[in-house]
Amino acid sequence: MIAELGNYCLMLAFGFALVQSVMSLAGASYQFGNWIGLGKGAALGHFLFVLLSFLALTFCFVENDFSVLYVASNSNTALPLGYRISAVWGAHEGSLLLWVLILATWTTLFAFLSKDLPVLFSSRSLGVMGIISLGFLLFTLTTSNPFLRQFPPPLDGADLNPLLQDPGLIIHPPVLYVGYVGFSIAFSLAVASLLGPAQNDSWARWARPWTLAAWSFLTLGIALGSWWAYYELGWGGWWFWDPVENASLMPWLIGTALIHSLTATDKVKSFPNWSLLLAITAFGLSLLGTFLVRSGILTSVHAFASDPSRGIFILIFIAVVVGGALTLYAWRGRHFSDENGFEPLSRETLLLTNSVLFVVATATVLLGTLYPLIIDAMGLGKLSVGPPYFNSVVLPIMAPLLLLIGFGQTVSWKRDRLVHLLKRLSYPLLVTLIFTAAAASMLRDNVTLLAVGGLLLSFWVIVTTAYATLLRYRNRNAVTDPRTITFPTAFLGQCLGHIGFAILVIGITMVSLYEESIHTKMAVGDKIFVSDLSFSFVSVKNTSGPNYVGTSGSFLVEKNNHLVTEITAEKRFYKVRGMTMTEAGIAASLFRDLYISLGEQLADDTWSVRINTKPFVRFLWLGALIMAFGGIVALFDPRFKARAIQK
Amino acid sequence: MNPDYQSRLDREKVFRRLFFIPIVLFVLMLIFLGIGLSLDPKLVPSPLIGQTIPTFSSEMLLNPGKKARTADLKGKPFLLNVWASWCAACRQEHSVLLRISEADEILVIGLNYKDQRSNSIRWLENYGNPYKFSFYDLKGKIGMDLGVYGVPETFLVDGDGTIIYKHVGPLDDEIYRDTMLTKVYNLNK
Repeated sequence: MIAELGNYCLMLAFGFALVQSVMSLAGASYQFGNWIGLGKGAALGHFLFVLLSFLALTFCFVENDFSVLYVASNSNTALPLGYRISAVWGAHEGSLLLWVLILATWTTLFAFLSKDLPVLFSSRSLGVMGIISLGFLLFTLTTSNPFLRQFPPPLDGADLNPLLQDPGLIIHPPVLYVGYVGFSIAFSLAVASLLGPAQNDSWARWARPWTLAAWSFLTLGIALGSWWAYYELGWGGWWFWDPVENASLMPWLIGTALIHSLTATDKVKSFPNWSLLLAITAFGLSLLGTFLVRSGILTSVHAFASDPSRGIFILIFIAVVVGGALTLYAWRGRHFSDENGFEPLSRETLLLTNSVLFVVATATVLLGTLYPLIIDAMGLGKLSVGPPYFNSVVLPIMAPLLLLIGFGQTVSWKRDRLVHLLKRLSYPLLVTLIFTAAAASMLRDNVTLLAVGGLLLSFWVIVTTAYATLLRYRNRNAVTDPRTITFPTAFLGQCLGHIGFAILVIGITMVSLYEESIHTKMAVGDKIFVSDLSFSFVSVKNTSGPNYVGTSGSFLVEKNNHLVTEITAEKRFYKVRGMTMTEAGIAASLFRDLYISLGEQLADDTWSVRINTKPFVRFLWLGALIMAFGGIVALFDPRFKARAIQK
Repeated sequence: MNPDYQSRLDREKVFRRLFFIPIVLFVLMLIFLGIGLSLDPKLVPSPLIGQTIPTFSSEMLLNPGKKARTADLKGKPFLLNVWASWCAACRQEHSVLLRISEADEILVIGLNYKDQRSNSIRWLENYGNPYKFSFYDLKGKIGMDLGVYGVPETFLVDGDGTIIYKHVGPLDDEIYRDTMLTKVYNLNK
């Protein structure tokens, strides 16, 4: 009964989304106030019914209603309650419902927070969001309905994929989707802007806070995914250049370019048509990611159960939505051109260079991801593109980016003099060199050119960020407008974003170059040495949980005969799915992680064991966390609100 | 006409064309994605196709003392199915294998891969045994020789001991009938 109600609510939501898109767009083009109001009300109804539908599915999981096929395939009576709830988005159908719910939530938030925007503009945007919702609701209802029944119902369910039975996975997909889907707002605003009279810069101002919010969530979502892969997959890797990871990285790269480009369009009305294109592309890549993950077109460790009919549906949907937007752009985009020029050396130029670098990075990742497909489609054979390609092409693009951050933060808008800029940056350069030399001397014999390069660029970013703050403080009395705040939150957010990025790069540099790994056979009582530590295999015991049995091994870590820590690594066998999972034992600290994973049992007390030391690996997620936090801080800049009213 | 005006018009034209680049690139990508949808990424050709099956021998699963060798299989085409009791997808293809075995269309040989003997035997007792016999490959050594990277996998071997076809993932009736059986009949001709 509840499942049928959920299905019914989803159909009603489709009806409301239809009213929302038709009334909002028609109301805006005929300037009909009633229709516009109706469209806005329908957006609320659309949200409420999607929410009810989502709750209905959750209820089916909590109640173990195995007559619902989706519940039976992804849950089990022995599964703890928390995982029964997160199992709602554990597979394709439910995660799509979550997608739809998040989209409806963003839409409703926009509908009720956009009171200060011109009515016709916000109504057009709401109409575009409605169209996106329609596509996804139709997709869910026709190809991926989670409420389908089966008869007779099985006595017990097939259990949730053990890979997903983990706290990291409860929050990773929702956060990631909030980011992905959040770009739909910038997309809709861009399309609404192209549909209306040429406005150049104002849409950029309205899009900024929404883009920042989406970007922050996407950053957090990607970081969570990387963290989860690190401790759950048992390989100790944190990024695999897997097609699904790339699918989330590409909108992130374009989203980052978009944030920077929107700043220029908003503040000095520069390159508005470029910002429009980036906004369309960011969401286009989110949709492409959805397509790649769910169509089964590429093989991936994360891939959902695939089905060609789903792939065709999303492909047609992408063709309509993104193709429509790009056609509109080809037709109307040139009316959004630069009003004010800028000199070759100016903040505008550097922001544009930043955009270009990010676009090039995205294009190389996209090419690497789709290359096997293109080659196969042309009948030239089968191949796979791996980390060596991505590492070697992305690195040379990221290095100049870091270098430019230093200049970009201190250069003036419109025009600057090279001599002045270099003079200004001489102190930061000196400080950076001192820091780098100190770090290099700490690495002593192990120092490599790559390590020095990575650290130099990261320190450069941190030092110039601090210097930009200092300059701003020194010049606080120079501004004529007394209402100007010395440190607006948008500026603080920018600083946090850049520092977070530098910390991330330090983490990547150190862990990639100085990781130590040993894969060996160990019997209980054995002791081996890795870097300056000794690891003793002390004991093995059997473990069990609600839906698994396992074995755990204890290791003592000592340094110069002093106990450092004790690590327990586990191997679990999930009974219903018949899958073995590795729960790596990790002793985490800010500067070094010790990572042990238990392999196969070779004899009675002999096991294959992998021990890794991972210096600075925590910096990866710390950096990402700071970046995401920076985005959220910037979002609350009161100027976004004040200037929205002005218009 | 004023040459200045003409050159401005030309520049305007070029400028306008720039805005069509994104949609053109996008359409190109869509075409490739569309073609890609009709392809199967799991279809990885094995370098062993067309080659003689590697010679190996191991204990039989059900007769621990007795050794089975590939050389014993010469003369008749057979399916070599890589399976394990821990493999969920093997359960899915099991009914297909049972049917093939009952119909006696082709010999079905198992390769029990990285599995505990007691579990495998219990599995066969529970679900039925389609295999004439199974090689017992606890350490995955034979699997290594055959380039097995996931379970289940099925090799089609002809009477000369040449590998003709390899299927990755659970076998279904369609693949068996349309692809494998056709190849078997070609062989028998």
